[in-house]
Amino acid sequence: MKRIALLGMPNTGKSTLFNRLSGSSARVGNWPGITVDLKSAKILIGGHIAELIDLPGLYDLQGYSDDEQVVRHFLSNNNLNLIIIVANSAQIDRQLSLAIQIRALSLPCMLLLNMSDEARKTGITIDAEAMSRKLGMPVVKISAKYGDHCPEALRTAAELLSKPVVHIDTKHIGDQLQKDLNIEAEMESILQGTVQMPIQLGNNLTSRIDSLLLHPWFGLPIFFTAMYVLFQFIFNVGKPFQDGIAWLLTLFRTNALEPLLLNTPAWLSGLLLDGLYNGIGTVAAFIPIIVLFFLIMTMVEDSGYLSRAAFLVDALMAKMGLDGRGFVMVLMGFGCNVPALMGTRVMRSKNMRLLTMLVIPLSLCSARLQVFLFMTATLFTANQAPLVLFTLYLVSFSTIFITALLFKNQYKNDEPFILELPPYRFPTARQIWLRGWQEVKYFIRRASKFITIGVVLVWALTHFPMNVAPASNGTLAGQIGEWFSIVLTPIGIDSQLAIALIFGFVAKEIVIGALAVIYGLQGDALMHLMAHKLDWVQGMSFMLFTLIYTPCLSTIITLKNEAKSWLFAWISILWSLTLAWGVSFIFYQSARLLGF
Amino acid sequence: MNPLKLKNLNSLNPGESALISNIDADNSLFLRLAALGFRAGKEIELVRCASFKGPLQVRIGSTDIIIRRSEASRIQVKSS
Repeated sequence: MKRIALLGMPNTGKSTLFNRLSGSSARVGNWPGITVDLKSAKILIGGHIAELIDLPGLYDLQGYSDDEQVVRHFLSNNNLNLIIIVANSAQIDRQLSLAIQIRALSLPCMLLLNMSDEARKTGITIDAEAMSRKLGMPVVKISAKYGDHCPEALRTAAELLSKPVVHIDTKHIGDQLQKDLNIEAEMESILQGTVQMPIQLGNNLTSRIDSLLLHPWFGLPIFFTAMYVLFQFIFNVGKPFQDGIAWLLTLFRTNALEPLLLNTPAWLSGLLLDGLYNGIGTVAAFIPIIVLFFLIMTMVEDSGYLSRAAFLVDALMAKMGLDGRGFVMVLMGFGCNVPALMGTRVMRSKNMRLLTMLVIPLSLCSARLQVFLFMTATLFTANQAPLVLFTLYLVSFSTIFITALLFKNQYKNDEPFILELPPYRFPTARQIWLRGWQEVKYFIRRASKFITIGVVLVWALTHFPMNVAPASNGTLAGQIGEWFSIVLTPIGIDSQLAIALIFGFVAKEIVIGALAVIYGLQGDALMHLMAHKLDWVQGMSFMLFTLIYTPCLSTIITLKNEAKSWLFAWISILWSLTLAWGVSFIFYQSARLLGF
Repeated sequence: MNPLKLKNLNSLNPGESALISNIDADNSLFLRLAALGFRAGKEIELVRCASFKGPLQVRIGSTDIIIRRSEASRIQVKSS
């Protein structure tokens, strides 16, 4: 099979082209020695079946960033039949450097001048034929977004593929990558006579929008308002969909699965229904949120606003070792940690991304909010409850700051913070849907196995041995609660609450349902009993612990998938457990010392 | 002020343009800047600065770029 690599600088529409060429057949693959996901797809091109690989964006083949190293590693370890270089036509005066560097590798290559529609509008004219002659490779003007001239580009690619294969030793490529070329002079000579740029450039509409959106006084308020509106949209629209899926799953369970399993032993039906089937339900609950999140995020990202957000809040973020895009993801984490973690992929520096992923699970997500709404209504008066909730949000923000400050030297970002501000653009509906769909597919494929295993495991812990009541002190979970009483008693958590915490590992909102099972009561009766059994200091300590103690199962699996490291997921779990215990201990003991 | 005097990119006023005269950066920063069009002799405009000592927005040719002050301090410019 032939192998084609797509390569280009960031913001050249390379991924848009990849999506256009591959349709929805793209898959995420692992490549030897490469620690980031590379998308690839099998495409039919002029009678050849070829594997098309979307390489990460890079500025310079000799650059030092994580992505630049990935591309270098890929080029010098894989045999390629063709390299397609994608450049932004409007910036060809500087992006030509990459084509010159690639040409030196002596692999078959071609240059696509993307966004040619935009360039034409700004008055840039490029003579592709003349450029092709001077550069010594085919040059085609296209618009990946609208598909203009893409068939022509594919025909050219097919011609290059049908030429006899010149085997180039990857060692030669490795050597070439080291060499210095006189790029600047070369660029000048190629641009001479092939490209005409108007003297006064700059997109007027973009400049006008920027003068409002990046305004020294209005910029930040507009940013926070926009984030608030988008946040409300994602999670309020997502809720009815989640409820709908849950309703359908319950319907199927009570009308089909339960009658079917009526005569099977209790352990088996429990395992299948409360373990396996609930595991599937846990995965399904994320689907609407992930789709909506990426629909919105694709718009924010592709419109160019995400880079502007980075500009607006960078002053604060830089001190924490994060950047503005990370801040947007942390904010979204307050809705749900899982898509927020997936969204950090937009940050290209590995260390900065890991640091952002470490703090996101500390944000008070809507699942935790449900627990706190219930607990505050149980233990506090209507006047106190909002204040308690506000305090929990403050604690959440503080743990994020503290964690970022403590770990910023471990995950030190060594890439220069220099971002392009692309002109404002409207992504097409196709781009938006495709992204939402791809991300959900990715989540289901990568996460459903481990999430289901986790749910089954928690079911087993809370239901075995079978001769005692489920979720009682006699179960394995109860025994674990007993073992840990030495550390849990000093923070006011008894063994029954400990069982609820073990349930909460699956998904934090389950804590309330678990308490209902543990105490055998529901609704008002449960509230009444809890108000009787717990004083407010214990309740608050329990809430603080629930807020921080461990990311939920789905978050942990996503952390592992995104970081490609179980170690990182474990660091996150251990750190949050330590921090949770510390915060609860300080709160509980000081409150008791003060006589509460 | 002497119009030919070198100054730091940081010290330009919003809306002011200048010519890049010298980039004093390590290899990684230098390559990134070069790929984005930062080269000696090129005209650069400081478009605006973010509040609270945040990054700068600069324009070179057809590209708008945000750059932190620490990195901008590596770039010397002279008035055009």
